[in-house]
Amino acid sequence: MPSKYLRRVVVTGLGLVTPLGCGVEESWTALLEGRSGIRRIEEFQVNDLAAQIAAFVPRGDGTVGTYRASDWMPVKEQRKVDEFIIYAVAAADQAIADAGDVVKTDEDRNRAGVLIGSGIGGLQGIAEASLLLQEKGPRRISPFFIPGRLINLASGYVSIRHKLKGPNHSVVTACSTGAHAIGDASRFVALGDADVMVAGGAESPICRIALAGFAACRALSTAFNEQPTQASRPYDAKRDGFVMGEGAGVVILEEYERAKARGAKIYAEIIGYGLSGDAYHITAPAANGDGAFRCMQAAVESAGICANEIDYVNAHGTSTPMGDEIELTAVERLFDSDAVNIAMSSTKSAIGHLLGAAGAVETIFSVLAMRDNTAPPTLNLYNPSVETTIDLVPHEAKKMEINTVLSNSFGFGGTNASLIMRSIE
Amino acid sequence: MSDVADRVKKIVVEHLGVEADKVSDGASFIDDLGADSLDTVELVMAFEEEFGCEIPDDAAEHILTVGDAVKFLEKNSSDTK
Repeated sequence: MPSKYLRRVVVTGLGLVTPLGCGVEESWTALLEGRSGIRRIEEFQVNDLAAQIAAFVPRGDGTVGTYRASDWMPVKEQRKVDEFIIYAVAAADQAIADAGDVVKTDEDRNRAGVLIGSGIGGLQGIAEASLLLQEKGPRRISPFFIPGRLINLASGYVSIRHKLKGPNHSVVTACSTGAHAIGDASRFVALGDADVMVAGGAESPICRIALAGFAACRALSTAFNEQPTQASRPYDAKRDGFVMGEGAGVVILEEYERAKARGAKIYAEIIGYGLSGDAYHITAPAANGDGAFRCMQAAVESAGICANEIDYVNAHGTSTPMGDEIELTAVERLFDSDAVNIAMSSTKSAIGHLLGAAGAVETIFSVLAMRDNTAPPTLNLYNPSVETTIDLVPHEAKKMEINTVLSNSFGFGGTNASLIMRSIE
Repeated sequence: MSDVADRVKKIVVEHLGVEADKVSDGASFIDDLGADSLDTVELVMAFEEEFGCEIPDDAAEHILTVGDAVKFLEKNSSDTK
């Protein structure tokens, strides 16, 4: 079956802010070394919270992979926005710089858009403002309260900063946000709505109200508060929930002929994108993995390939007791007897779950896995809870030939997205 | 320079991220100090908080320069020390 895409879409720039570092190479190197970005929360009171750990972006003076907000946004502007917007700006700045002269003329700018999503946006700012409203009344609510919390303002800030005047859009699909953002943006390019899209996801959820809410959903790990780096353990028998993380991932998507003509560095081609709904439960995935399976199958069909052409799968794999096995079942069903030939890892074992940023960050990790022919590891996988023929890449990164990758994201509400990328050589 | 003027200028420097020497009496928030309409709303809120007074919307509309703010607050503030 031929690809459904009308124009070919390639990735020509990458930007990352993750719990392993601010910067693509910093994050990727730490990931391959098997480092964990998860630690105890020291920033606010946690003794009454069930989950007392999180994966924070490492703050510092901006060197050696640390993140310093003022490198990306003036202090005066920072006061107006929640951190997810600054993370989005930081990742977008990196990606645009990485892509070289991707946007030069006014006509370029009219044909370049932004589509950055977030799962829950400025939750922390909303919580703080509601306390302020209660204590001091409505006249104390800042005019920047609304624009600094709105999810699409990540796209807004990036477009204003870089004068990108094409489609300006956003996605909110919980933990599938980042993957949907890149998938939808790739369709904009494929269909001719834009020639360049700055696409990804950003999230800054680590605050008391979010930890309380996700813990109430019984979604968070609570058994490893004293051993934080062991808490995210996808597929392991002792896993007990995900670890909340923060950060952003942004890619530059560009029409292939344009990228080739300007001699751009091409990381990969987006060849397939699948979407599905579970139509089952607000937080639990469909028990037989049907939604995940149909999503991956749709991606394979849109790519016009056979599933067995895929070498590496970056799993959703959040480390929840139910979700990991359901996804594994769906992947085994997709690959059938070829399952023995693929590698599948969950990079959430190192960086936690970045919610709306997860799919974008993991798309970038998948692209880098192809570039370096290396599958990143699944940390803390000592004793898989089920038997599988799939190589789950425990503990250590694995050198292998990787030409085609699949990245999965599944979200609350039963919303699923799968992306397939292929190297261009 | 009055105490009110000092406090007003400190707020303007903090909120608009401008150099202190640019914050002269005649400086317009929008034309000279780079504020937009939302910045001016927030500035007025910061003046209210600092000086413990309420600046009604129709009065706020006429506070366009640093000097306007100082003049209004010297006249209306309950807390000019």
